[in-house]
Amino acid sequence: MKKRKFNPADFFGKFGIVMILLLLCVFFSVKNPTFISLSNIVNILRQVAITGIIAVGMTMVLVTGGIDLSVGSVVGIGTVACGMLLVRGMPWYLAILICLMIGFAIGMFNAFLICEMNLPPLIATLGTMTTLRGVCYLLTNGSPVFGFPEDILFLGKGTLFGLIPVPVVLMVLVFTLGILLLEKTRYGTYIYGIGGNEEASRLSGINTKKIKYICYGICSTLSTLAGVVLLARVNSGQPKSGDGYEMNVITACVLGGVSISGGEGKLSFVTVGVLMMGVLSNGLIMINVSDYWQQTISGLVLIAAVAFDRAMQYVKAKQIQE
Amino acid sequence: MGEPLLKVQHITKKFPGIVALDDVSIEFERGEVHAICGENGAGKSTLIKILTGAYTPTSGSIQWEGRTYESFEPKQAMNLGITAIYQEFNLVPSLSIAENVFFGRELRKGAFLDKAEMRRRTAQLAAEMDIQVDPSAKIKDLGVAYSQITEILKAISHEAKILIMDEPSAPLSNREIDAMFDIIRKLRDKGVTIVYISHRMDEIFEICDRVTVMRDGKYISTKRIEETDRHQLIADMVGRELGEDFVGGAGPKDEVVLEVNGLTTDRIKDVSFLLHKGEILGLGGLVGAGRTETARAIFAADPIRSGNLRVKGREVRFRQPRDAIAAGIALLTEDRKGQGLILGMSVRENGTFSIMKELTRGLFVDRKKQRERIERKKEELTIKTPHVEQKVKFLSGGNQQKVILAKWLLTYCDILIFDEPTRGIDVGAKQEIYNLMHRLTEEGKSIIMISSEMPELLGMSDRVLVMHEGRINGELAKEEFSQEAVLRIASGM
Repeated sequence: MKKRKFNPADFFGKFGIVMILLLLCVFFSVKNPTFISLSNIVNILRQVAITGIIAVGMTMVLVTGGIDLSVGSVVGIGTVACGMLLVRGMPWYLAILICLMIGFAIGMFNAFLICEMNLPPLIATLGTMTTLRGVCYLLTNGSPVFGFPEDILFLGKGTLFGLIPVPVVLMVLVFTLGILLLEKTRYGTYIYGIGGNEEASRLSGINTKKIKYICYGICSTLSTLAGVVLLARVNSGQPKSGDGYEMNVITACVLGGVSISGGEGKLSFVTVGVLMMGVLSNGLIMINVSDYWQQTISGLVLIAAVAFDRAMQYVKAKQIQE
Repeated sequence: MGEPLLKVQHITKKFPGIVALDDVSIEFERGEVHAICGENGAGKSTLIKILTGAYTPTSGSIQWEGRTYESFEPKQAMNLGITAIYQEFNLVPSLSIAENVFFGRELRKGAFLDKAEMRRRTAQLAAEMDIQVDPSAKIKDLGVAYSQITEILKAISHEAKILIMDEPSAPLSNREIDAMFDIIRKLRDKGVTIVYISHRMDEIFEICDRVTVMRDGKYISTKRIEETDRHQLIADMVGRELGEDFVGGAGPKDEVVLEVNGLTTDRIKDVSFLLHKGEILGLGGLVGAGRTETARAIFAADPIRSGNLRVKGREVRFRQPRDAIAAGIALLTEDRKGQGLILGMSVRENGTFSIMKELTRGLFVDRKKQRERIERKKEELTIKTPHVEQKVKFLSGGNQQKVILAKWLLTYCDILIFDEPTRGIDVGAKQEIYNLMHRLTEEGKSIIMISSEMPELLGMSDRVLVMHEGRINGELAKEEFSQEAVLRIASGM
């Protein structure tokens, strides 16, 4: 391939979000040098691990052209179910396995509603979101589950080499597997294909339903995994845990360049979106911005980042036309 | 006859890589029904879009009521009195006829809509045209004929001086077409100019006063209808002797590769035919006759009610397109962008999309093998692209079609269904596609070709089946081929 001249639209269209993240980091470090300390960086990573794990599944669903609003409630189910199993004396590995299976089943149900009942993904998962939150309260009677054996806690509080938190290790692992699936296997191609043009994919002989089942299955399974990690971190099973996570996760994906209309988005850039969410909330606390301003600023940054991205895409499209 | 209402003067419109209109000049009189006909790609729709302000011409000018314009803005064209009714109606299905007629300039009484007045005026407009409508009926509850009537009422309420109708009869039944003609005549008598775009010869000779022929983006001729006849028009449209571009092909063998028996779906009835090895079987008929539906039914893209298929003598039952593909059938859809390609993906990904399983080694896709396969097809089919990583949306229509063909050839198919193989493809690339189709038959593959372009249908096919209202209404052997014969069978005679 030929070497091309530096094209600012091309460059910022691709790496603009990375630049914004770096700028934010520089800004926060100048304002408060502790921001860039090792312990704070580890802290940020730990904070984003749960969002990150779910974002991998959400990216797959979004790329097919769907959406999964139920992830927050599924985190709740994962937390509550795991907690209840542990309290009843089940070994931690079995409890986790059962939770993941429950998550997978929920994903299958979402996909069933979407593929077989032809419900729009937004409505189908809005339904399961509300239903499952109700189930969380029913299971626990509204009060938190606690009193788990110690050995589950390493998932939330443990570290690798005494430094890297286990949730971060899990997040990196999930991202790696996700990138391999999307970039290196045929299923990845099918996922992008369905999002790009579902009918063309079906007419090319792709089992489009099966691919959707896989995506929603993975998304819910990862959400229960996130729920288990959350349980291990806070050492209690709150029925309202995971509430509102769907919005954080979708925001992170969109910041990372995933298109809500499907077909586009790279997991490697979703990592940047996830980090940006963490850097923003951590950094704003670090420079003593009040709670109310934090929310406002986070929202504005999201709008600015996506608007910037769109503008670059537009410039690029113009250039190609010429 | 005074000054023409509208004069198109030396209009040229270029798109990257293609000249859609080449120095076209046409005059439209007041109160005439003026047909524009030509094959696909002749430039008709580009011309409409320039008149309605959707496109800006590259050069040339438009004279309207004596004033000269370089181009129109959409709003300006509408205010001047230029309206177009497209094949896809521009209506809001959940609103009533009256609300659609006044959409965008609703009548108000204070802050609220004056629905009663809108209904009254709509009824009045309809009465002037002797049309019976219920202004409060919702579009979605009415048939297509009423959608069209609503569009016409909307145009009249805008005081349109020129009304462009793009294939207006395509969705209508014969009775509805007669009713539409009555409306067109009344409009003409009121001094409105109708620009009537159609393929259908019968209609042009029944309703039009003058007819302009376009071909390959160029103006060919304008004649008074009584001064011309079908043969002259077709000759002008085609502009060349039939068969000239279509030499080649293996010719059919005796061996039957596909047997279709009594295929029936919601849209087609009792379709039966045989396809031979090395044959190009043409499928003719009007738009909506069930040709695409037949292709989709064979390919299991739509559910079938009854009937069966035999591929190379073996009875098969396809439940999904992937079953048909496994049996060696390929479908190249007419709507390449909507159903054939994943526009945001590269040539490599689109080309190998159907053989990803074969390219997977262990867990992962073997990129090297994938590249080799697509590079080889790129050479074979001479796909013009800077590299195989180029996104297909940046390729020309002809090269997009070749990418789709590459995808299917990689699946080792031997029965290919081409639905409008050269629609939207410019002239040079068309010939390449024809040559490729001939080469495929020489390699022992068999082709079903759906085509609305007469020269293509008659030039390429070894045999033609003509459909009418969901059925095969007749079969023509090579020595019986003529445009008249196809049109006669296609119109139900």
